[in-house]
Amino acid sequence: MEDKVVEIRGLEKSFGDLDVLKGVDLDLYKGENLVVLGKSGSGKSVLIKIMVGLLKQDEGLMKVLGKEVSTLKTKDLNELRLRIGFSFQNSALYDSMTVRENMEFPLVRNIKNLTKKEITMKIEGLLDSVGLPQSINQMPSELSGGQKKRIGVARTLILEPEIMLYDEPTAGLDPITCGEINTLITQVREEYNTSSIVITHDLTCAKETGDRVAVLLDGQFDAVGTFEEVFPNAEDKRIKSFYDYNFINS
Amino acid sequence: MTEKAADRKPLLSKKIDKFFTGLADAWNFVRRFFKEVFMPPYEFKEVIHQCYRIGVESLPLISLTGFIVGIVFTNQSRPSLSEFGATSWLPSLISIAVVRAMGPLVTALIAAGKVGSSIGAEIGSMKVTEQIDAMEVSATNPFKFLVVTRVIATTLMIPILVMYTDFVALMGSFLSVSANEKVSMTTFFVQVFESISFLDITSSVLKSLLFGFTIGIVGCYKGYNSSKGTEGVGRAANAAVVMAMFLIFIEELLVLQIVNAIRAF
Repeated sequence: MEDKVVEIRGLEKSFGDLDVLKGVDLDLYKGENLVVLGKSGSGKSVLIKIMVGLLKQDEGLMKVLGKEVSTLKTKDLNELRLRIGFSFQNSALYDSMTVRENMEFPLVRNIKNLTKKEITMKIEGLLDSVGLPQSINQMPSELSGGQKKRIGVARTLILEPEIMLYDEPTAGLDPITCGEINTLITQVREEYNTSSIVITHDLTCAKETGDRVAVLLDGQFDAVGTFEEVFPNAEDKRIKSFYDYNFINS
Repeated sequence: MTEKAADRKPLLSKKIDKFFTGLADAWNFVRRFFKEVFMPPYEFKEVIHQCYRIGVESLPLISLTGFIVGIVFTNQSRPSLSEFGATSWLPSLISIAVVRAMGPLVTALIAAGKVGSSIGAEIGSMKVTEQIDAMEVSATNPFKFLVVTRVIATTLMIPILVMYTDFVALMGSFLSVSANEKVSMTTFFVQVFESISFLDITSSVLKSLLFGFTIGIVGCYKGYNSSKGTEGVGRAANAAVVMAMFLIFIEELLVLQIVNAIRAF
């Protein structure tokens, strides 16, 4: 059996009367790209926010890199967070800072004794690898949606994480830019040797980037497997309609 | 299974419960500030940046307002004093009014409007666009970077702005006085400094520190706890101004009682 980097067992989370996750079980293996699919509001983002300690589960186990997240103290949680990269749905670039300052921000606060030259080299290298070397002195407001997503990914990669979490990486982008982002996700796994969870409702993204897909329906994973195992011949009507809408209707 | 918040019955009524929960939240926020302000790492660079934004960028507005306050207050006071042939007391009257009350109050109210709303809106928009979450997942303490730095900056800069406002208001007053009476600048300022005591200046500075802290902490609290998208950002900015102004007036009243008690003692 391959190494598990994330282990989720019986995870439950509610917001008031609304039960979002109802006993979720899932594993992420080292070097794997796992795509979590589901309708809007199905709890996909909640799942990865629990993974980095932004939210706390009500019940169940969330083990990341061998550590139960909910029991960690702030210092240990921060150490774990350095090993996880989180790419936000709206990129979450700090809008009062330039691209360079955005990328410097996590670096200078977490890795001491870096010279200015080393910092610049690291930033330029990463911007090169996401294809935006010219954006270094631009403000986030001057970038397009796709460029922001790329810079967001570059910012998370600067700390060389072992796990990458992508929250709706292709949401709100045109098909060509979606394709570029999908290529970037695959490229990141290959170049930086990361394991990834991609949260999306875009089946093209799932097909292009995922080794496995997991479909979250009504607070539980309804189907987990390769894209071909889960989708084309799905018997569950909800999964079938998901596939039909993405690949037939559109 | 943990008890869900929605399942809990309100202790008194929903509104009263909400009020006390809000108070407890605000208290915890202030406590967290005092806990984190002394703990490393220290964000000196960001404190200086915020001091510049709050202090230097407020100067044009503060200058204009202070100057107008000085002129208007002098012109409004002259008729009453001239009835008793006491216009020579104008410098003393203005200096006491400006240093003891008007300088700190006018500066704090303007700063609450300009700085408080901008802090509330900025942090609020960072909250709703997940920028605060992004800081947190990159193992940086957003409270320290956003809240502690801004509160320190407002607490340090408001007293400086108050002293500047006092000076500008007294200059405005001097222009008004010298236009009507034959008074030199030296005579005017000798009279000004003869009228104010050490207690007036210290109480003014201490009061300004309190006002600065209030403006910063209220702006940060409202922004940090904003929700519901862009509407929430607007509400946070508005609430930051209203709450800060309300607290400034209450603090003014309390400080006045304390200073009067000291003066009587």
